[in-house]
Amino acid sequence: MAKTYETVIGLEVHVELATKTKIFCGCSTAFGGAPNTHTCPVCTGMPGSLPVLNKEVVNKAIAVGLATNCKITQNCKFDRKNYFYPDNPQNYQISQLYYPICRDGKVEIEVDGVKKYVRIHEIHMEEDAGKLVHDPYTDSSLVDFNRSGVPLIEIVSEPDMRSAEDVIAYLEKLRETIQYLGASDCKLNEGSMRADVNLSIREVGSGEFGTRTETKNLNSFKAIARAIENERERQIDLIESGEKVVQETRRWDDTKEYSYPMRSKEDAQDYRYFPDPDLVPIHISDEWLQQVRDAQPEFREEKKIRYKEEYAIPDYDIDIITASKKLADLFEDAIALGAPAKKVSNWIMGETMRLMKENSVDAEDLKFSAENLAKLIKLVDDRVINGGVAKEVFEKVFADNIDPEKYVNDNGLVTVQDDNALKEACQAAIDNNPKAVEDYKGGKEKALGALVGQVMKAMKGKADPGSVNKMLREML
Amino acid sequence: MNLMGMTAVELGKAIKDGQVSAVEATQACLDSIEACEKDYNSFVTVDREGALAQAEEVQKKIDAGELSGPLAGVPIAIKDNMCQEGVQTSCSSKILSNFVPTYTAEAVVKLQEAGAVIVGHTNMDEFAMGSTTETSYFGETKNPWDTGRVPGGSSGGSAAAVAGEEVPCALGSDTGGSIRQPASFCGVTGIKPTYGRVSRYGLIAYGSSLDQIGPLAKNVEDCATILEIISQYDKKDSTSVNRDDNDFTSALVDDVKGLKIGLPRDYFTEGLEPEIKEAVYGVAEALKAKGAIVEEFDLGMVEYAIPAYYIIASAEASSNLERFDGVKYGYRTSEYTDLHNMYKKSRSEGFGPEVKRRIMLGSFVLSSGYYDAYYVKALKAKALIKQAYDKAFEKYDIILGPVAPTTALKMGESLSDPIKMYLGDVYTVPVNLAGLPGISLPCGIDKDGMPIGVQMVGDAFDEKTIIRAAYAFEKTREYKRPAQVSERGL
Amino acid sequence: MTITDETIDYVGILAKLELSPEEKEQAKKDMSDMLDYVSKLNELDTEGVEAMSHTFPYNNVFREDVVTNGDDRENMLKNAPEQKDGCYKVPKTFD
Repeated sequence: MAKTYETVIGLEVHVELATKTKIFCGCSTAFGGAPNTHTCPVCTGMPGSLPVLNKEVVNKAIAVGLATNCKITQNCKFDRKNYFYPDNPQNYQISQLYYPICRDGKVEIEVDGVKKYVRIHEIHMEEDAGKLVHDPYTDSSLVDFNRSGVPLIEIVSEPDMRSAEDVIAYLEKLRETIQYLGASDCKLNEGSMRADVNLSIREVGSGEFGTRTETKNLNSFKAIARAIENERERQIDLIESGEKVVQETRRWDDTKEYSYPMRSKEDAQDYRYFPDPDLVPIHISDEWLQQVRDAQPEFREEKKIRYKEEYAIPDYDIDIITASKKLADLFEDAIALGAPAKKVSNWIMGETMRLMKENSVDAEDLKFSAENLAKLIKLVDDRVINGGVAKEVFEKVFADNIDPEKYVNDNGLVTVQDDNALKEACQAAIDNNPKAVEDYKGGKEKALGALVGQVMKAMKGKADPGSVNKMLREML
Repeated sequence: MNLMGMTAVELGKAIKDGQVSAVEATQACLDSIEACEKDYNSFVTVDREGALAQAEEVQKKIDAGELSGPLAGVPIAIKDNMCQEGVQTSCSSKILSNFVPTYTAEAVVKLQEAGAVIVGHTNMDEFAMGSTTETSYFGETKNPWDTGRVPGGSSGGSAAAVAGEEVPCALGSDTGGSIRQPASFCGVTGIKPTYGRVSRYGLIAYGSSLDQIGPLAKNVEDCATILEIISQYDKKDSTSVNRDDNDFTSALVDDVKGLKIGLPRDYFTEGLEPEIKEAVYGVAEALKAKGAIVEEFDLGMVEYAIPAYYIIASAEASSNLERFDGVKYGYRTSEYTDLHNMYKKSRSEGFGPEVKRRIMLGSFVLSSGYYDAYYVKALKAKALIKQAYDKAFEKYDIILGPVAPTTALKMGESLSDPIKMYLGDVYTVPVNLAGLPGISLPCGIDKDGMPIGVQMVGDAFDEKTIIRAAYAFEKTREYKRPAQVSERGL
Repeated sequence: MTITDETIDYVGILAKLELSPEEKEQAKKDMSDMLDYVSKLNELDTEGVEAMSHTFPYNNVFREDVVTNGDDRENMLKNAPEQKDGCYKVPKTFD
């Protein structure tokens, strides 16, 4: 009889913190920029340079720790992790091993209606590495240190996940929490959130863990799901054929959908951690901790409860809107500008979602402002434009964050309020469609719709369909 | 006027008084270097044009009344492990033999701001690892008292340049005795400040938790004057300490009445040359005669300092020196098959034997399975050593002892047996482990005509007390110059 | 403590040093002697003693999160053994 296996997964999640400067020097963390234009002696490992810690990194790490129910290590330190690689300018990474800033946390996830906790082993602060690009002309690699020294936190979970669904729920929960904190934008595709998957398998019912592998280079939720499935199958195949799983780090190739071992014999994976003598210990006082606690924002669960009380919108809408801090902010800001909650919600749930899907845009990358959305809603409410025109205008708002008032005026999209013009168009429609007129008079309500359509066409869409309807009825 | 025979403060005064210009002083310094280098090899780099240009600038500022400090216009040399913008800074190593920094070490910036003229970089043991200045890629430095002997190390170039009167004063760095021991071997004065007193920014690290920059000069006054200038809080060094008690020249007072001096009995044991013991006791007597209270006591932990030091310093060095990999700066091997081969060949060709020895030891003691047994154990020993000093300073204001168990050894004598060489650091190393300030100054001449040094160690951030005691002792004795220098100087 | 060839090779991988056969023999002896010598620390009773990584009790030295550095690429690359397109050029790291 075939054995059944359980997958045991723990995650190491790296998150780039949204600070203005790097963790140990005054270089900008701005994304992009020509290679090595955001570098200095410190983040390129020049001899004699020394690191000085960015306080904001500590604040953000504490904030994430508190939001994930961790204990904050009030006396913590940095350690050096030694390994040679060209993207690592000092050939040691400043990280935390012995006294990580946060420990023993947990987050709640929900999969298929079942709630469970994923425990967090620790969160530590560290510096990011530079970027290596292969140069095909010289068959060599080129190093860009712009990312070197960008602050990271690494969130290490316990092996509490059992499926790709668990993993994605956990990652979504972390992302949501961290985005709410403003601690990071958590973009997997840009690398500001990266997940390494530690996976082992064991027979169902076994109390012991199998040998685990670590899979890296996972740049999307889909890649993570595929890599988990692939690694599970690979390990089962090994065990079924009497072989052993080797504890190793593997790199996922998402286009080829397979992973391969990353390390050569030149990598001993012996990092020789020791306390960094160039940095002094960090003492986080009770007062400091309280300050960070007091500055924590309203999180999703709290928002959900409040929205339910304050706004008459469906639970489903609340769920979608609060899933992203960006959408929630948009929603609340538009309301604050006077737009009715229900209408804002409709625009988000309808057109916004549609265009996001069509253009593959994440909520975090939405460009338009709450102000322009509120203006658009007001234009419709004031019957300056009709619903059809509004959708057209919104596409522009969505794409380029244009000012809808100006756009509507510049492009002559304002609904025609001239009763004579409307009357003429109605008369023309009646005159040109005797069949429809006859049908309507014979009791076919639907026939009126055809006439309205004719009038709207004649008015180039710039009429209020309600007014047209009313006028036609009167005239007939 | 023999300008290089003057102390830095005397020369500074002559410049201020208009008796001599900054350019003349710098030219005299460069001439002296030119004349002496074939004998001493104290310098790795002499920056003639840069120094003269700087001297001209400084003179203009002096004339304009913008610069009036004690070192304005005074030439000074810096050890080759302190970065200076536009000037090769190599740590006397092949691996950095082509490195030209684009920034200047903070301590050197402070000197430049005070109007001191940087004339060049002095020779040293490669990456400051050694106590003889024989491990330099640029050849060994010789002791001006006897060119068949070593000048000590690792700041041997700085000590020899001062003793040889190539330059009035210099900066050195001290990780386990690298200022104090060469000062002693060359008959000059040197201070290792409290850890954190002088910024380490731009000092190419050996043992980051131990390294401190400090002055070497002909006398205590010069050292206190230089230290006052370089010891300022620096935001770029997280271990720099912000204090307002760096007015060290205020401690240049010939008064030790009531000063409590401890002589550690456990320092005066078999390994110490009797002549040195006698000379150090002579210092105690001289201070006693001036009203100090001298007592013998047991310091403890003496024999554990060197093992703890070599574990900690080597471990830190193994990590600090990882950045020298042929990627961003410095030496890269000419032929290689792949990345790791490039790393290995560049480093193996670029580092000398002593550096490799310490890197390997350091890598080993940090490696998986050995970290607790060696590294953590050494950090615990360090804690006990610190405790021993703390206890001593409850009773005494200063601890008086030798600098080294011997005077300057003959060339080539030490390198054959590393452990024997390491044992020579027994009196200096524990001071670095405890982070304390120490001063080394001449106190006698042995039967071979070589200078003997005495060390005074103070409590943390209490440089002033050791400066005062050293100054008081110095007043009882004439400054002695090497015979060769005296002949040349006249 | 006897140092084996394997240990020296392993340390060579960690420290990125390649030793000639003679150097290797010397290194085995030197490291072995040194480890024997430093084992003197085992005489010390360090029960309950806290490992002292930082000598003085200073903590909380921070920078404010303000950009102070501009583009200094030209200077940064001045010492690069090899460079291309504003990057440091190294032997390839990808297969």
